[in-house]
Amino acid sequence: MKPISLSLTREEVRRVRSLLGREPNKTEWAIIDVMWSEHASYKSSREYLKLFPTEGKDVVLGVGDDCGIVGFDERYAIAIAMESHNHPSAIEPVAGAATGVGGIVRDILSKGARPIACLDPLRLGDIYRDERSKYLFENIVKGIADYGNCIGVPTVGGDAEFDKSFNKNPLVNVVGVGLVERDKIIRGVASNVGDTLLLVGSKTGRDGIHGVTFASEELKSENEEESRPAVQIEDPLSEKLLIDALMEVYETGAVSGCKDLGGGGFVCATSEMVSKGGKGALIDIGKVHLREEGMEPWEILVSETQERMMLAVKRGREEEVEKILDKWGVQHARVGVVIEERRYIVKHNGRIVVDLPVEIITNPPTIHRRYKEGKRKEPEKPKIQDYEGFLMGMLADPNIASKRWIYEQYDHEVQTRTVIKPGMDAAVLKISDREGIALGIGCNSKHCRMDPVMGARGAVAEAVRNVTAVGGRAIAAVDCLNFGNPEKPEAFWKFKVSVEGIAEGLKAFGIPVVSGNVSFYNEADGTPIAPSPIVAVLGRVRLERIMTMGLREKGESIVVIGDTREEMGMAPVVDFERERAVDDLILELNDIGSITACHDLSKGGLAVGLAKMAFVGGKGFDVDIGSMPEKITVSEKLFSESSGRFVVTSAEAERVVERARGRGVSAQIIGEVGGKELSYGPFSVDLKEAEEVWERGLRDLLV
Amino acid sequence: MIGVLQFPGTNCDMDVIRVLREAIKTETRPVFFKDSNLEDLDGLVIPGGFSYGDHLRAGAIAAKMPIMSQVKKMAREGKPILGICNGFQILCDAGLLPGALAKNIGLKFVCKWVDLRVENNDNVFMRFYKRGEVIRMPIAHGEGRYVCDEKTLREMERRDMITLRYAGENPNGSMENIAGVANEEGNVMGLMPHPERASEGILGGEDGKRIFESMVRCISLK
Repeated sequence: MKPISLSLTREEVRRVRSLLGREPNKTEWAIIDVMWSEHASYKSSREYLKLFPTEGKDVVLGVGDDCGIVGFDERYAIAIAMESHNHPSAIEPVAGAATGVGGIVRDILSKGARPIACLDPLRLGDIYRDERSKYLFENIVKGIADYGNCIGVPTVGGDAEFDKSFNKNPLVNVVGVGLVERDKIIRGVASNVGDTLLLVGSKTGRDGIHGVTFASEELKSENEEESRPAVQIEDPLSEKLLIDALMEVYETGAVSGCKDLGGGGFVCATSEMVSKGGKGALIDIGKVHLREEGMEPWEILVSETQERMMLAVKRGREEEVEKILDKWGVQHARVGVVIEERRYIVKHNGRIVVDLPVEIITNPPTIHRRYKEGKRKEPEKPKIQDYEGFLMGMLADPNIASKRWIYEQYDHEVQTRTVIKPGMDAAVLKISDREGIALGIGCNSKHCRMDPVMGARGAVAEAVRNVTAVGGRAIAAVDCLNFGNPEKPEAFWKFKVSVEGIAEGLKAFGIPVVSGNVSFYNEADGTPIAPSPIVAVLGRVRLERIMTMGLREKGESIVVIGDTREEMGMAPVVDFERERAVDDLILELNDIGSITACHDLSKGGLAVGLAKMAFVGGKGFDVDIGSMPEKITVSEKLFSESSGRFVVTSAEAERVVERARGRGVSAQIIGEVGGKELSYGPFSVDLKEAEEVWERGLRDLLV
Repeated sequence: MIGVLQFPGTNCDMDVIRVLREAIKTETRPVFFKDSNLEDLDGLVIPGGFSYGDHLRAGAIAAKMPIMSQVKKMAREGKPILGICNGFQILCDAGLLPGALAKNIGLKFVCKWVDLRVENNDNVFMRFYKRGEVIRMPIAHGEGRYVCDEKTLREMERRDMITLRYAGENPNGSMENIAGVANEEGNVMGLMPHPERASEGILGGEDGKRIFESMVRCISLK
């Protein structure tokens, strides 16, 4: 028999009973149910995630904690993490998106780092035709803006794609970035027996109960209303106070471990901390400060109330910490101690309500999912009669049009670090007087739908190219792997080949994954989303060597770097050796000062890439597409989305071509900067007119 | 010594402190809203952010906090007080500046660089600008639409209390494109744009820096 309202499988229920040697009580079942959920345990994905490279000379704290930490200079390190908040955002878009930001910021904060930036990759439905998608989109952006703006963490980048497969299941991913002094890093570990477990932040209520199990099932329209309590509620002011208070608390050195209360709430944070420390916990759940009366122990243990953190405080130093929390008006409660015995014991009113081996809670069995190779879609080659009309149509497409409507709602300037602002290839943040970090994102969900293998490879390549395009050298990656129901073999195959592709790419580029997230069950009413393995890459950049994409000086040569192939309307082939050669070339050219503007080519190919360089720089160009040596049609030359390409401008183009030859990379001078036209050779359009179309493409759908 | 006031939810305090200390090289200290002694301060900046989470109305709760009576005392003594963004909202709500800041006409938060015209340089904060000069600074607010009654507006114009106007597009629907106002004495000023975000070339421009330079110069001349 399976106890009621559990999401565990029969096999898992049997497993629990045999591991424990007895029947768990109600509270224990509730704990195991949450901790063994897909979202909390990675039970389907973990055997594949092992394929990722995770080691590297810059890695200070690798996968397994709330965020990864990468060395930056002698004093500082960069904390970075990525999460999804897809299902909550499908039900309550403002709260869902906002709490996604809150969660990632606390992941960063929990490691002793000051949160300095967020980036939000979004996948939305068909906002042209579907009113609900439009509503979700507007409110997801509002949720991110309201929360991020209030807590004073700039939202410096992201991306947005629109496709009807996301109509009922939008994707809201978020990357968090923090700055920490190397000797002040705190781990999500409680390893000192006798240390106090101090719960800090908001009062616990009934919101977000079953949040993780809700994220581990498909969405069903008829369940929408009953799923609402599983969505958490946001309170950005409390988060801001947590940040200010904890940054001051950390200065005392009294904190020995820290973890955010996110998915799985209290039980997840405490059990994982003591599990990693090789210890156990004795909890008095009655000590938790509550928002509502009559909450049962199991509810307190699994509630996902936001803006809470768990600290392990060195024994005897509790008051020092509590005094600072009081100063900021942040509530706290001593809720337990770290014990030697590796058991998770919870008392309530003096009675023991949970007594489980820690291992049972934190180590659910791996599930070996079946997979079945899916079909690749045939290319969708448009027949283009009217180049100009086709280009204008692309510029107006929300997938390509300016994302100004989104990023102007985000405070992307607070903390005064934002050197390259949203709307460019990658964001650049100033860290020291001379150096900064670049943050690039990659994933073309349409390509992934057509060919999951090449699509995933393209996600890594694009994220790295975006960093390269601003002059950054990639040093680490984080990812968020958004897929359908892993119980369906074809969906699981997409996940498997995506991981394999990303792993191969990261190895080729020599960059480790330091943190990440897997989001399965992104299906609504049985229809899966376009698979979306979104990759974010962190790079290091010298501030005096930053490149931007805007065209600058009249007469400078325009050079296409890399090969253009017949790949319009399909997922382009991604060859990592070639990608790396091209990236290395761009960085070399930047080092010798040969590049005046640089842009990587992705959606819409060369035609769109050149147009965007013109819009940003406010200068036109005169090129002859026909002069490209490739033996392909003009349409392909204009719109093919072949990977591994950049457009650069230079005042010494011969040198660019010569250096490219030295690395076996093709480079072709196709024209020059200047004028008020986008002149492609076979046709031309007015710069201002095209820019207007591009600026209005997304905005006009919304206001 | 310049103080930078921190309410719960203030989020531009560290940015202002960094500019004052590093770019202007002046002694600066944070002033926590529970601090009881502001006697050492020669001037004060109320920075941007979301004091008290913008509950009720941006700036409304902070304006009622006990520390504001000391801020008012500083204002009466003629010490320079600069309110940026949420700080401007607080100064209006506290009655130190006329008018109020309402929700943007587009109902959305707006973060972008804007052109501003200097309307008056005859006060503590503006002396390093030329009258009529067009400068660039970023804005970032959801409640920045300046409003006041007609009589107040005419009075402000007559007494030259409007210091900055949006020179290009009006980003929030402010009355008469007003972006910044000062009191009649010229020692209290509020503005919606963020001068601390326009104090370093690599971040997009240095036009905002002169506000702080002017403030510090006026203090040192006293």
